[in-house]
Amino acid sequence: MLISPTPLHIPEVYLSLPVALVCWIITALTLSVAIRRTNQSLGERQIPLMGIMAAFIFAAQMINFPTGVGVSGHLLGGVLAAILLGPWSAMLVMTAVIAVQGLLFQDGGLTSMGANILNMGLLTAAIGYGFYRAALGRGRMTKLIFAGLAAWLSVEAGALATSLELWLSGSARLQVVTIAMLAVHAVIGLGEAAITVAALGFLMRTRPDLVDESSASTQGGRGWIVAGLLVTVATLFLAPFASANPDGLERVALDLGIVPAHPATNLPAPLANYAIPALGNTPISTVVAGAIGLVIVTILIILAGRALRKPQS
Amino acid sequence: MHSNLFDRYHDKQSFLHHLDPRVKVVLTVAFIVSNVLLTDGAWLAFACAWSLILIANLLSQLGWSFTLRRSFIALPFALAALSSLFEPGGPALSSFMFLGAKFTITYFGLLRFSSILIRSWLSVQAAILLVAVTPFPDLLHALEHLRVPKIITTIIAFLYRYLFVLTDEVLRLMRARQARSAAAPGQRSGGSVMWRANVTGNMVGQLFLRSYERSDRIYNAMLARGYAGQIRTLHAHTLTRRDWWFGALAIALILSLQLIGR
Repeated sequence: MLISPTPLHIPEVYLSLPVALVCWIITALTLSVAIRRTNQSLGERQIPLMGIMAAFIFAAQMINFPTGVGVSGHLLGGVLAAILLGPWSAMLVMTAVIAVQGLLFQDGGLTSMGANILNMGLLTAAIGYGFYRAALGRGRMTKLIFAGLAAWLSVEAGALATSLELWLSGSARLQVVTIAMLAVHAVIGLGEAAITVAALGFLMRTRPDLVDESSASTQGGRGWIVAGLLVTVATLFLAPFASANPDGLERVALDLGIVPAHPATNLPAPLANYAIPALGNTPISTVVAGAIGLVIVTILIILAGRALRKPQS
Repeated sequence: MHSNLFDRYHDKQSFLHHLDPRVKVVLTVAFIVSNVLLTDGAWLAFACAWSLILIANLLSQLGWSFTLRRSFIALPFALAALSSLFEPGGPALSSFMFLGAKFTITYFGLLRFSSILIRSWLSVQAAILLVAVTPFPDLLHALEHLRVPKIITTIIAFLYRYLFVLTDEVLRLMRARQARSAAAPGQRSGGSVMWRANVTGNMVGQLFLRSYERSDRIYNAMLARGYAGQIRTLHAHTLTRRDWWFGALAIALILSLQLIGR
């Protein structure tokens, strides 16, 4: 009955032990920082608040709307949580949600929980808060647009991270899983963006004191903009690279010994002429994907440059 | 309808129910890690692992097919691993064309894909059994003993307790939406997709406000009852000799799975 909002919860065994451990280490380190930071800012009041907020995110994920194409739109909530609660609290809240989903409902495994928390909790909060922090001091419309962009990108980033983790574990072929995941989540991300923007707009109208400058600015410095930007750039660069030019990435990984080599075979490589169907053969799709990525990154850098200047009050 | 949706605990007085929660958590994780480490095609080890699951089912007095019936929950994710079927290596089994590209299922690909599915299926059954024989608050307490940071387990404890309350709110919101969504006969109700997303966003915002204000009241109520930053429980868990012996035996069996798998 409880269907997860996005098919990003990795079950047991799909991740190899090294990949799972690395993800766990990253998650544990990030969460220890988050715990320290929330201790400083909120103190004792934090635990009931974050507990209720975690229940809120969990319950909010159950609200859906029919899109008319057979699937329903859902909220993952990482970006919304980061905007409303600040980045570190949001990470703890999303961790609790993902932990309960894994423990109680087996929606996501126990060994792969580190990766799930990273993909759906940490990356989403970083992107969400980075973008929102860049919009502080701007008008309401700017904030909403940034929030929507962040929400869409967070879903894509989670999908890309999941694909990479699956590939590095030898559970999937890089090009196929990346393209499939990114394509499916591009649509899911639209639902996430729509709900996030609508919820944020509602709160701005009814309780602007909860989403105004003072609550957000106590939670993090401008370094978050850089963090959000870095994750975004990594997503935008790796995605077309991984999906259009897997040989390059796989060659590097094989040379570095990250991906286990397979027994040599004299069969023709099955996916040699696979390409983004609409764009024809591989060199063109690589170039187009790269160009799109470059344009988006340029726009982001310009926006970030403006944001990192002190906003006029 | 709602209150037992989230309660995965089946109350019995079996051997497994009386086992210390820490031992149960450690054994579950050890079993799952063992599955992760098993190589492709270790069919005998898979069969032995499944027999361990069946024995555990019997020990819990929940019926031998308890976890089997609930184990197909992780199946949809198999789609993500589907591409491993086409991993080059070994004899080709069959080919087909799709979207203008040629896909070939290979022997090693099939081996890999089926091994992933089976090991995942075995692991999820261990996890299902864990929450069926351990009350959730005890499970969290066990995690605290196992050095999970207290703040995280406490947040999860709050999440669990207030999940029921907030889910009721969600059901009320959705029922209200349904009650206000009249449709002419033969026509679908509601406007465009964007409008529907907007309504959903408003509901989420409304839920946030209700939760946020509720958390204020809850915190004040806790302060009024003497909350000083820690949740205390009366049920201290102690490890008995039976726990140690059973734990050692189970670990030995799991290790033997690894040996069988070679």
